[in-house]
Amino acid sequence: MSAESQTLPTDTAQVETQVPPRTEGEALLHARQLHTWFELRRWGIVRIGYVRAVDGVEFSLARGESVAFVGESGCGKSSLIRTLLGLHKPTEGDVIFEGRKLSERSRQERHEYRAKVGYVQQDPYGALPPFMSVRQILAEPLIVHGVRDRAERERRIRAALEEVRLSPPEEFLHKFPHMLSGGQQQRVVIARALILKPEMIVADEPVSMLDASVRIEILNLLRNIQRSHNLALVFITHDLSTVRYFAKRIFVMYAGKFVEEAPVDELIDHPQHPYTQALLTALPDPDPENAHRDTEVPGGEPPSLLNPPSGCRFHPRCPHAMQGLCDVEEPPLFEPRPQHHSACWLQRPEGEQPPKADPGATP
Amino acid sequence: MSNTPPVHPDASQQPRGDVLADDPSYAPRQSGAESAASGAAGETLLRVENMHLHYRTQRGVVRAVDGISFEMKRNEALVVLGESGCGKTSLTKALLRTLPRNVAHFSGKVTLAGEEISELSEEQFRRTVRWSRISMVMQAAMNALNPVVRVGEQVAEPLRVHNGWSREKSRERAAEVFHLVGLPADFLNRYPFELSGGMRQRAVLAMALVTDPLLVILDEPTSALDVLTQANIMNVLKRIKREMGTSFILITHDVATSSELADRVALMYAGQIVEDSPAQHYFTDPAHPYTKLLMASVPRLREVVEPEHIPGQPPSLLELPEGCRFADRCPSRHERCGANPELQSLPDNRKARCWLFTEEAQST
Repeated sequence: MSAESQTLPTDTAQVETQVPPRTEGEALLHARQLHTWFELRRWGIVRIGYVRAVDGVEFSLARGESVAFVGESGCGKSSLIRTLLGLHKPTEGDVIFEGRKLSERSRQERHEYRAKVGYVQQDPYGALPPFMSVRQILAEPLIVHGVRDRAERERRIRAALEEVRLSPPEEFLHKFPHMLSGGQQQRVVIARALILKPEMIVADEPVSMLDASVRIEILNLLRNIQRSHNLALVFITHDLSTVRYFAKRIFVMYAGKFVEEAPVDELIDHPQHPYTQALLTALPDPDPENAHRDTEVPGGEPPSLLNPPSGCRFHPRCPHAMQGLCDVEEPPLFEPRPQHHSACWLQRPEGEQPPKADPGATP
Repeated sequence: MSNTPPVHPDASQQPRGDVLADDPSYAPRQSGAESAASGAAGETLLRVENMHLHYRTQRGVVRAVDGISFEMKRNEALVVLGESGCGKTSLTKALLRTLPRNVAHFSGKVTLAGEEISELSEEQFRRTVRWSRISMVMQAAMNALNPVVRVGEQVAEPLRVHNGWSREKSRERAAEVFHLVGLPADFLNRYPFELSGGMRQRAVLAMALVTDPLLVILDEPTSALDVLTQANIMNVLKRIKREMGTSFILITHDVATSSELADRVALMYAGQIVEDSPAQHYFTDPAHPYTKLLMASVPRLREVVEPEHIPGQPPSLLELPEGCRFADRCPSRHERCGANPELQSLPDNRKARCWLFTEEAQST
């Protein structure tokens, strides 16, 4: 432990010089070339392969900033946030929080990190222990993080319940999760994430299990909390239509990688990557005309992360795929518009090396 | 019951067609006179009058379906929208008579293509209606495929059971339907675990279509799927509706996706239909206060409108209020809301259950 802590200061300084935050303000969290691979079963010493759930993700998050990760199921977004939370150890790369690498933190420091990052789970009922009352559920993180004074705990529990509009708190303190409605359960989950006064909240599809009318209520609540406490917020969703009310920036994830990143309105109004374009086309707004026209969506399925396609991972489904380029060379992140990054060869700036094959040719 | 042939103890081992050939009520299906495509498009296909389905529970009677009436035409897609716990799924159970054991009260008149199917005995209903004329894709059905039976076998099973077809013949038909829903024919030999979620959903849809039913009920067919897969399935449904003339009842809580198929929308609230309107009116100019609030709560991708939430909660189906069931949450509430309004007919073939639309209210 001591050897580790001795090396730390120099390392921290290095990190700060190496990774200037891309956004304004001090970067609270930085993911550097994050890879999280899960090993498949192993036969003796023979390795069968890896599921590359997160495969080279890099981003920074400023204090008080809200970002959304959007992607289909199986694209690795849950693995990514679990890595950010420190629940998975990254195979490569590191999570840097407040200038300190997660992998180099001691046990005690990781414990402190967990107090600074709140987690709002997807399924509120599954996330709340059924045999604990709301009071016990909310007291647990306080006990774990050393709030020994019972009166102080009680005060903070009540404040947290007021914060998520479960008032009066007396009415809810003794209740068990099954006695609450879905919306109320999710509020308890949010209160639990807030009770240690975190710097950052990670919300994994916080409203996908809730009804339409409750959904907006919970989203508004989360947004108000995020603003009033100036929290950084990582919001995971597959529903782009809720993102607009929430996040400043969107990262679109496909097969373990970010394929596009932009401020919300910019991304929705001017999607650059063919995958993002397809996602947006596939999301209808309620309109009676929808019934009379087919949606143009690419066929096929997201690729297996065990053996992802070569080159651009979207090329087998992409209507603009260029043979000899997209299936061979992996596109880097280009910046076709200010602050708008897209990993697609179509956005290659003009004047650069032309593709080897005819751009119009499709496989 | 009078025209039901005696069920032989080993009837299940005989080809079903032989048994059914004696059954006069089966004749229309056998002659093939009634398939999805036959019949004029504007003709009424299904009429449901005053349907009730109440459950007995420890805490009292749950009135899940409480006086529902609607009508749908051939080749129409009716969307039944509603929040969870409003009785949508119970409505499908009532239509297909797949009832649980704790039913306290079940009544209602159902007419399918001119025949009053609510009068049929359980056995006749099973033979002549369920899956042969009304089939269904149940909620999360794609996860309910038998893991140890090949998909093709499972899709062809309704034909073998209901039509008494041979293995080969039903397999050929299954291959046809696989093509229709966009699955390669060699998938017939696969096991469910070899298929992705979207593929399994297509297989389940194929199972519902294989008997060429008049009406297919879809209970949340896409809610567990990804956005792109969902759009693909909706395209398949649109094509089937166009090409095969099948009618659909689509049960969902997803307003945006429902507009992908809807000709008509019925909105349910606390066991009742509160608005029943053609899609062009429902999505652009909703009538009922609940519909208005619900539509305002839908987040939109392409418009910068702040969605609003509906205050309060729906009433418990155990203790429904005397008056209008939405009154507690309604911004247009007035003294008449102490009594529950009937479904009022409005111009443009619309209906709404609200006192704002009674004749007197409209004339003033």
